[in-house]
Amino acid sequence: MAEGIEARLRLDYPGFVLDVDLRLPGRGVTALFGPSGSGKTSLLRCIAGLERAGQGFLRVNGELWQDSAAHLLLPTHRRALGYVFQEASLFEHLNVRRNLEYGWKRIPEAQRRVGLEQAVALLGLGHLLERMPQRLSGGERQRVGIARALLTSPRLLLLDEPLAALDVRLKNEILPYLERLHDELDIPVLYVSHAPDEVARLADHLVLLEQGRVLASGPLGDTLARLDLPLALAEDAGVVVEGRVVGHDAHYQLLSLALPGGGELLRVAHAPLATGRQLRCKIQARDVSLSLQRPEGSSILNLLPAQVSGELPAAGGAHVLVRLEVAGTPLLARITRYSRDQLGLFPGQRLWAQVKAVAVLA
Amino acid sequence: MPLGPADLAAIWLTLKLATLTTLLLLLLGTPIAWWLAHTRSRLKAPVSALVALPLVLPPTVIGFYLLVGMGPNGPIGQLTQSLGLGLLPFSFAGLVVGSMIYSLPFVVQPLHNAFVAMGTRPLEVAATLRAGPWDRFFTVALPLARPGLFSAGVLGFAHTVGEFGVVLMIGGNIPEKTRVVSVQIYDRVEALEYAQAHWLAGGMLAFSFLILLALYSSRRLRPAWGN
Repeated sequence: MAEGIEARLRLDYPGFVLDVDLRLPGRGVTALFGPSGSGKTSLLRCIAGLERAGQGFLRVNGELWQDSAAHLLLPTHRRALGYVFQEASLFEHLNVRRNLEYGWKRIPEAQRRVGLEQAVALLGLGHLLERMPQRLSGGERQRVGIARALLTSPRLLLLDEPLAALDVRLKNEILPYLERLHDELDIPVLYVSHAPDEVARLADHLVLLEQGRVLASGPLGDTLARLDLPLALAEDAGVVVEGRVVGHDAHYQLLSLALPGGGELLRVAHAPLATGRQLRCKIQARDVSLSLQRPEGSSILNLLPAQVSGELPAAGGAHVLVRLEVAGTPLLARITRYSRDQLGLFPGQRLWAQVKAVAVLA
Repeated sequence: MPLGPADLAAIWLTLKLATLTTLLLLLLGTPIAWWLAHTRSRLKAPVSALVALPLVLPPTVIGFYLLVGMGPNGPIGQLTQSLGLGLLPFSFAGLVVGSMIYSLPFVVQPLHNAFVAMGTRPLEVAATLRAGPWDRFFTVALPLARPGLFSAGVLGFAHTVGEFGVVLMIGGNIPEKTRVVSVQIYDRVEALEYAQAHWLAGGMLAFSFLILLALYSSRRLRPAWGN
């Protein structure tokens, strides 16, 4: 059976056309990212069957959900999916427990892979079960919404900006739960977002949408480092790298991370973590500077041997964005055009990247 | 108590008529209101107008056409006759049919408002939680529309109790069959029996006030729709 998600969907509305042809991994978190009006939510609704794409083909981990050529269109309630809406949309006439049980009761016992207690524990809802939705905070409502969706033991979890309606404090309350979801349950997730920080923290795969079309689709690190995408022009352009914890210096309180591919080390200020754990970090382009010789006597901790693989004028005209490879890991550096000419950068050139700041995401 | 057996019979008949009419109207009005709330059909406007007609027409107009339609030569009359049901005018069944038409907008409109206010989101949520269309309707739409159902029931009942013109046109004035309280009051006044008329009229006034009071009090206490 074909693993992954295969979606060829076309939706025609007056003034808006969604036309996508996507192959997405059947595991991990895929972020659908783009400005508002780019069709992220429409795409998610088509996948859920809430919007009827006139022409389409949709297969999710081997299960056919839509095939217009064969006149097949599975209604939403027959699709093994979980959907979390932007506003939690809890059933106001049912308490938390009965909201949670609503979908859980409707799937055959043999198909229940997520138990009530498990979902309640995962999202920290134990003390809320008898409450009515009107008496929950925004963050609590959203957690109930997520648990309720999980309890249908979905083969695909669709999250439509589940944090957009929440303030920063509540966002930070829910993000750890979403990360646990990512780590503890093996359910592929499609995550709609227009918040770069959420994408950087949660996503493994990134789909970039603009005006109903797919601009790019690929692994997160590679896609963020692509110079041909509008992402590179953003003020906070940068890459996300995932390193493996290899050690901790108790005296200086520095954690050592091995980058994938090469064994190059990053050292970040962080509390000790178990060796072997994966840690996600964001490195912003403006925090990376370049040097032709290995700098000596510098206060900058992280010094990585890199190779130039491309460049792009950055917004404003004075800067360029240089794409680098560090043993297979892409990196972006934002330097002035003047420095570029002084260094005489050319593709394939080997040099040193100095990383001034590494932000630990999760 | 100055009320005689004829008055009590009229009260009993009125309550029976209003109860039966309300129950039947809830059964009929719910699908109509649901359809109006969700359809994109071009028939929506004409059907809405048709449902609202009893609000503006004089009851005598409704009564007149019902009388003609249900009479021996009318289409409804011919249908009921061929079904072996006989003729509806001047019968309790005829009163029920007339009352249903007369009170239809009072039942459909609160339900329609409730379904519109609820929007499609709760139903979409239920669909993503594996509930099929009927399941969604009974476990989500109806419970969420409960305040609307309550309003519809109360208004339908009260309005049916208060009808006069349609009843007189198609029911006439047959004791224990079609003579409801409003007609009985008219009879008492005609006969200059003001004391009995007062008791009946005052009772109607108090009843109507209390029922509307109950309706508006419950509205005030209820949390707003949706959130």
